[in-house]
Amino acid sequence: MSHNHSELADKFASNVERMKWHDKALWFVRVKRDTQAKSLDEWEELRNTADKIKSHTLSHLDEYLEQFEKNAIARGIRVHWAKDAKEHNEIVLDLLRSKGVKMIVKSKSMLTEECHLNPYLEEHGIEVVDTDLGERIVQLRKEPPSHIVLPAIHLKKEDVGTTFEKFLHTQKGNSDPTYLTRAARAHLREKFVGADASMTGVNFAIAETGGVVVCTNEGNADLGASLPKLHIACMGIEKIIPRLKDLSVFTRLLARSATGQPVTTYTSHYHGAVEGGEMHVVIVDNGRSKILADKRYVKSLQCIRCGACLNTCPVYRRSGGYSYGYTIPGPIGSTLAPNRDLKKYYSLPFACSLCFSCSNVCPVKVDLADQLYLKRQDVVDAGYLSPVKHNALKMATWLMCRPKLMDFAGWMARKMVPILPRALLYSKFNLWGKARELPPFPKNSFKELYKAKKGIK
Amino acid sequence: MSSREAILKAIKEAKPYSESALPEVNILHTTYEDLDAKFASTLAGVGGIAVHLDSLTAIDSYIKEHYKEATVIVSTVEGLHVTTKELNATDDPHTLKDVDLAIIKGEFAVAENGAVWVKEADARHRALYFITQKLMIVVPKGEIVHSMHEAYTRINFSEKDVFGLFISGPSKTADIEQSLVIGAHGATEACVVFI
Repeated sequence: MSHNHSELADKFASNVERMKWHDKALWFVRVKRDTQAKSLDEWEELRNTADKIKSHTLSHLDEYLEQFEKNAIARGIRVHWAKDAKEHNEIVLDLLRSKGVKMIVKSKSMLTEECHLNPYLEEHGIEVVDTDLGERIVQLRKEPPSHIVLPAIHLKKEDVGTTFEKFLHTQKGNSDPTYLTRAARAHLREKFVGADASMTGVNFAIAETGGVVVCTNEGNADLGASLPKLHIACMGIEKIIPRLKDLSVFTRLLARSATGQPVTTYTSHYHGAVEGGEMHVVIVDNGRSKILADKRYVKSLQCIRCGACLNTCPVYRRSGGYSYGYTIPGPIGSTLAPNRDLKKYYSLPFACSLCFSCSNVCPVKVDLADQLYLKRQDVVDAGYLSPVKHNALKMATWLMCRPKLMDFAGWMARKMVPILPRALLYSKFNLWGKARELPPFPKNSFKELYKAKKGIK
Repeated sequence: MSSREAILKAIKEAKPYSESALPEVNILHTTYEDLDAKFASTLAGVGGIAVHLDSLTAIDSYIKEHYKEATVIVSTVEGLHVTTKELNATDDPHTLKDVDLAIIKGEFAVAENGAVWVKEADARHRALYFITQKLMIVVPKGEIVHSMHEAYTRINFSEKDVFGLFISGPSKTADIEQSLVIGAHGATEACVVFI
């Protein structure tokens, strides 16, 4: 089944009030990000340096991964490699089974979402508890996250209130965020204390030291990984950074870009297991090396998953995470998803106005808007564009290649459109005009005005 | 071929060619005239509090005055008299779940973001930092840097080090309608004491 972004976005936007609220909530985060970015004169230099570190790392990725592995093993960390989602899930399940694990606490990891680890483990009888508050909320509701940093941003507090009423037996009708957060704290503390193992994602894996860094505000990854004897951290191959001091660049950028905070509450550097415990790192490819081979899209592997491109995107803010139909929504998802399956996700590169705001806020300078522009061409070349749109574009190309005819068509339009009846002008064939008004038509074309001004005959 | 070899081989074949060397991290960073004041205001902005005290005895008194309801108090800072539970006596970090207040050692503070670097080589249970209801971090006076660039020049992980972290304020979340709630899963209060 293919996903059509504009159809799903239509559904989301049909509740105008909710759509406007979603838009505003994310814009609020974007404004906080701007305040933080502007507080540092060196912001652009940080972005430049981050870009250079990441791009250098990608061009030596195998070497840094091997260095990381060597140093991690020397610290007693076990390192596993998974070609794809299936192998990743099997490695995790084997590890959990070997320790007789019945329940795990898990912190946010877009990689495990991508691999659909939770349903896999549940099918095999292991209880999985997502511990990030937003993730727990959507897990209880059996929904996927709708944002990579703010998983429950699509929900209002009343929705959370009714969800907690059902699962955590909170007071009926109480949707006070502090009350609900405290209830979740109590509920999840029991899970933290009762878990047999923990899983975390990885924000940064340091080749030089063989350790991994996880950033959270809630302390859920940290509490989870410090109680049980088994900690499994899963990372994509692109999470590597060469040196410990590179973190000085990335920790300054990440939280400021993500939520407009100066840094996350906890920036934990894991370089070994708890006393008497085991720490494992699973390194996953799952299609990433394929992206590495394509010069046009390679920079998407620089992404540090801050979500700034989602918060700034006028399309994401007004269409919601679910309209993308992929684990990672927004501009970064719109370039990553079609790499996985161009046919299925053909519509995502078009969920974009090419305003370039995403490219401008990205802390590691992923050329997002350029990639979406190129991806559109891939979609057309592969023949996945809808025939209506494809034919319209072909006709426009044909017309624009014939200047005389183009001038005539323009002249006709300027004469005819203002006098055409509305019913005809906005008929079902005018897809563009479905939610838009045509501008008032000028008397003369740009070409005529230009010539007149310059005195050209 | 193992998955490890297959992945590394795929990367070798795919990786882009680049002559650009790994850049030096040499960023002219923002500095602050009054480091203590900047740290205190940034920490306050993320829900924490900074205080300056003269001695360990002053910390004891401060705790008696400000944490009246704390019954289980543990500390990795030696020489405090308010502690009620011996931390390293337990083999199981789960037994720390009733801790009301933990007092731990911070190496230095970072003015730009209100964070404190904590790496206690002798601490047995890192869970303490997160499981305690309230957290106090004791930092030597004057141990404060402007930015994370300066911070990372002071950080290293020797063979024996297994864990270290920056803590900036109490735990928090804004996952319900973007409303900031202090006290998610980690500490609900965080106080940084300079002595």
